[in-house]
Amino acid sequence: MSGKVELVAPAGSFPALRKAVDNGADAVYIGFRDATNARNFPGLNFDEGTAGEAIAYAHQRGSKVLLALNTYPQPGSWPIWTAAVDRAAALGVDALILADTGLLRYARREHPELRLHLSVQGSATSYEAIAFYREQFNIKRVVLPRVLSLTQVKRIIANTDVEIETFAFGSLCVMVEGRCYLSSYVTGESPNTCGACSPAHAVQWHETDAGREVRLNDVLIDVYKPQESAGYPVLCKGRFEVNQELGYALEEPTSLSVLDILPELVRSGVSAIKVEGRQRSPAYVAQVTHVLRQALDAAQRDPDNYTPRNDWILQLDKLAEGNTHTLGALDRQWQ
Amino acid sequence: MAMKLALGPLLYFWPKEQVIDFYRQVAEWPVDCVYLGEVVCSKRRALRLDDWLQIARQLRAAGKEVVLSSLALIEAGSEISTLRRIAQNGEFMVEANDMTAVQHLKGREYVAGPHLNIYNPESLALHYDNGARRWVMPVELSQQTLAAMQQARPPQLETEVFVFGRLPLAFSARCFTARACQLPKDNCQLRCGDYPDGLDMQTRDQQSFLTLNGIQTQSATTCNLVRAIPTLDELAVDVLRISPQSSHMQEIVTLFRQTVAGDIDPASAESQLNALTIGSASNGYWHDSPGMQWIEQQQPFGLGTRYE
Repeated sequence: MSGKVELVAPAGSFPALRKAVDNGADAVYIGFRDATNARNFPGLNFDEGTAGEAIAYAHQRGSKVLLALNTYPQPGSWPIWTAAVDRAAALGVDALILADTGLLRYARREHPELRLHLSVQGSATSYEAIAFYREQFNIKRVVLPRVLSLTQVKRIIANTDVEIETFAFGSLCVMVEGRCYLSSYVTGESPNTCGACSPAHAVQWHETDAGREVRLNDVLIDVYKPQESAGYPVLCKGRFEVNQELGYALEEPTSLSVLDILPELVRSGVSAIKVEGRQRSPAYVAQVTHVLRQALDAAQRDPDNYTPRNDWILQLDKLAEGNTHTLGALDRQWQ
Repeated sequence: MAMKLALGPLLYFWPKEQVIDFYRQVAEWPVDCVYLGEVVCSKRRALRLDDWLQIARQLRAAGKEVVLSSLALIEAGSEISTLRRIAQNGEFMVEANDMTAVQHLKGREYVAGPHLNIYNPESLALHYDNGARRWVMPVELSQQTLAAMQQARPPQLETEVFVFGRLPLAFSARCFTARACQLPKDNCQLRCGDYPDGLDMQTRDQQSFLTLNGIQTQSATTCNLVRAIPTLDELAVDVLRISPQSSHMQEIVTLFRQTVAGDIDPASAESQLNALTIGSASNGYWHDSPGMQWIEQQQPFGLGTRYE
């Protein structure tokens, strides 16, 4: 087991960043208010001034700030992304989280002193892919896609000296991140191109005799009966028919939570665990960070005698999609 | 020089005899390049690398350029070993669909496949510097992006565009075919073999939406860009990729060949092809629109080109 495992929390606003820092996040990741990051939602994220204040706030309290520029720029808008890299470097962020190889190359060339992390959107799922990114761009850390089993995570850690960050809690991508065009297929906007999945402007709710219908750009994602709770219509978590059977053909509405296996993750040598959810409220960030801080401290202090406390599980389930949690691909049965 | 036609890798799991028979026919078809090998799932082992190499040599003897495709999602140690053997085959160029493959192929000539996320000229230059001699544009990009990429591409780097077939849209650790059959992935019984064009996933109002193909999710629609051939030609695209479906492939390839040769009007080819597709036709991505859409063309379209 290597050194202390960092807790990395999300912040879509300055209030959320303050909550993350105040509740014990070792690092907070943020994005600029445009399409350069994978949580490009209205009213969310940081302009340059707020980012500067946020970085100062975090640094004064011993927390790091990581900046995600993890979408894929196209030729027409390339200068917006490179300007964002330059701006982040000037602001003094502790690391940039990048996915696009072009942008990684630019950042390495123009800002050789800047610490680079490979985003989950960079889809590095093997130690040899990680070796490629390290040799080409000198990345210091990689965020692993949520498609690997725990055994595979361990094998990667054993075969690389790049720091490994894994997701610990939050919405669960079913597909390999950075390799999913489902959203652009339906709406024209994807995480890669626009930093958006199933964007809100494409969502249509209709009350019908059959129930409450939700469509994404006219494609029926689900129908809810009056007593059923209706979640946000992420298109991979709707109910569909396959072989005449109706069900969650891709995935149920559920959240990832690694509370149960934290000691194993710590022992495997991960450098950081990450909370998903820059689109979530400051209150959400505060609660999740608070719980995970306690859990991670307990798992590191005495991994052999760690058990997740019931109140932690209850608090996190209350905040989870569908009020339930899964280990996702970390558990082979899920696959 | 006339644009080349490529038959993309077979994305479905067909019985070994059917695969061998299929490529025996392909040897006679008017395609210039053939991509061979498993891109989707390492558990599909009906054909081993040696079997693929045997088919490759037969196609090469028939005058085809052969490229060996590799997996898009690489996780297991066994997958890395297979990849290493493909990369070191010593006879045929390899298509990289994951950075793991690029790490093995760098310094040699390779094809940067459609799953590598090349969205801008700087990424293109990176792959060129590492040895790429052809790149395949990601399917979600538009003709406007293609035009800009073509202006900036390094010399001697060929461009290939996916012009026909169900669109590969996503990959997962989870096998959706096994899930639909209520089987765990570790005991999937290779049920994807029951669906030669993938398994239809419909919305609750019975519209075909996506196609489940093991760990891959494809569109239910079939992309058809035959009408864009004059524009693709004007943009100096080198290779057009046609992705196999289980029926009518010879007619489909022939219609593309005739259109490239100028022997048939693209609008006519389009309507003939749309009668042969497994799913309904789509061309939205090309028009910078949702990929599932079909944008009707009143006039022969393009960046100022008119088909004569």
